[in-house]
Amino acid sequence: MGQTLAEKILSEKAGRSLHAGEFAVVPVDVTLVQDGTGPLAVRQLEAMGLAGPHRPESTLVFLDHGLPSPRQELSNDHLFLRDFARLTGCRLYDCGSGVCHQVVAEEWASPGQVVVGADSHTCTGGALGAFATGMGSTDVAVAMGLGENWFRVPESVRVVVSGELPAGVYAKDLMLWLIGQLGADGATYQALEFDGEAISAMDMSGRLTLCNMAVEAGAKTGLVGSDQVTREYLAASGREWQWRELQPDADAEYASRIEVDAGQLVPMVARPHRVDNVAPVSEVAGTPVHQVFIGSCTNGRIEDLRIAAAVLRDRKVAAGVRLLVMPASRRVYLEALRAGVLADLVEAGAAVSPPGCGPCAGVHLGILGDGEVCLSSTNRNFQGRMGNPNSSVYLASPATCAATALYGVITDPREVV
Amino acid sequence: MIVEGYAHKFGDGISTDHIAPGRYYHLRSRLDELAKHVLEDADPAFAAKLRPGDLVVAGRNFGLGSSREHAPAIMKLAGVGAVLASSVARIFFRNAINVGLPVVICDTSRIIGGDLLKLDLEKGVVANLTQGFLVRISPLPPVMLAILGDGGLVEHVRRHGRLALEV
Repeated sequence: MGQTLAEKILSEKAGRSLHAGEFAVVPVDVTLVQDGTGPLAVRQLEAMGLAGPHRPESTLVFLDHGLPSPRQELSNDHLFLRDFARLTGCRLYDCGSGVCHQVVAEEWASPGQVVVGADSHTCTGGALGAFATGMGSTDVAVAMGLGENWFRVPESVRVVVSGELPAGVYAKDLMLWLIGQLGADGATYQALEFDGEAISAMDMSGRLTLCNMAVEAGAKTGLVGSDQVTREYLAASGREWQWRELQPDADAEYASRIEVDAGQLVPMVARPHRVDNVAPVSEVAGTPVHQVFIGSCTNGRIEDLRIAAAVLRDRKVAAGVRLLVMPASRRVYLEALRAGVLADLVEAGAAVSPPGCGPCAGVHLGILGDGEVCLSSTNRNFQGRMGNPNSSVYLASPATCAATALYGVITDPREVV
Repeated sequence: MIVEGYAHKFGDGISTDHIAPGRYYHLRSRLDELAKHVLEDADPAFAAKLRPGDLVVAGRNFGLGSSREHAPAIMKLAGVGAVLASSVARIFFRNAINVGLPVVICDTSRIIGGDLLKLDLEKGVVANLTQGFLVRISPLPPVMLAILGDGGLVEHVRRHGRLALEV
């Protein structure tokens, strides 16, 4: 019987043939924690009596959610994690390094790996053909300390995307549409495996957006087979040696199959307060917003910032609207600086913050006021998500965000590009 | 394991942001303080109403969203005896078992807030002592039963020095 990508990767790591539904203890290549989940993971590691990280060189500690620190409590958590990294030899990514998932894509994830992170969007790494999944602090502490953890091999949903995305329609719109189809629990315990000509043609940035949001349909991970796009992405950061081709078998068995013609898709939004509460942008066009946020592990890459800058260049953000821009990593920030992308955005009226997760997770740098509305390029819009239960968040692509910033009301990007 | 307590009823799609809101991010290392805000964005009065051993009863996809283990940890710390839901998000499910908070998947549609419930994990049933009916629960996978049986994942690893799971 053939294997899906998830079955293939987990079988290879476990050293025996595994299929969906089976349980296995599997070695883990890369583990990560961030400043919200890391302190608990470190305390659990100690409570379990484990000496320290099994492989410190691939145990990653990110200070990304609350950096630069807005409060002394967080500053002390950061001290705690810095000490842990120094004492154990783990890799520390301090202030300004970037959102963990973006850095993992740039520097760590590669085809065939198993990546476990104490952050639900760890599934982002599946875009590079890694089995990457989010777990809680204790589970990640086990993976750190023992170099392995248990997995239930997931069933997979085959998502076949044919055709070509129309102008003004992006991976984010495809993913919001898919989450609307599946529902927020439609792929629970499963893997979403993306394929089709639109995926083959999609750059790594778009693939990362798709896999990032797999968890919003309940999925354990999202996966894209490793191909020449993967190879070029790895090569661009000096990691071509980590490339290998990795595709599912032609006779692999899937729990279900979803086919979509990319050419039929339109710009989408997720309305408050659920990610699966999706609609075409046209249905909510004209809704006033107070804040627009472009950033995050979902859509804070250079490609996203270029799209936003193309919309906003030589124009001004509407009066009464705050446009917040946060490059997803130092690498993205530098590239955007050097290419003049940030200059375009700042001239249009954007406020640029250092790489991190603050506004998306409701920690700092963009908390909403009572009754305020934000259109965001991020991945979640649960009640209170951006720090205030009396506010509302809509989710959309960077293009829709930029178009909306121009007019101060939710705007279809096809009307401005 | 038997858990007896009163039901607190919630709807579908209760996220970890409802359970442990992001605005209390600075309390992540102060679980006792964070526990005072447990489920605050789903029911602001929940922490005040909760009696030790009470059960959280919910609809679909309980615990979706962030991987923050603080969510089930503060539920347990606040005194929640168990969670019953018609379905449970994956990461929350693992996290709850890891911290020793029983999570059970069953039909919760007939349970109403205030019902006295008795969960018997070994027998695999929830008795609704107020309304007088039984609900069968979906059995936990053996891996999770083993971890829960040891009192959580920390205790499991402490006891065995490794993952001692039948897989």
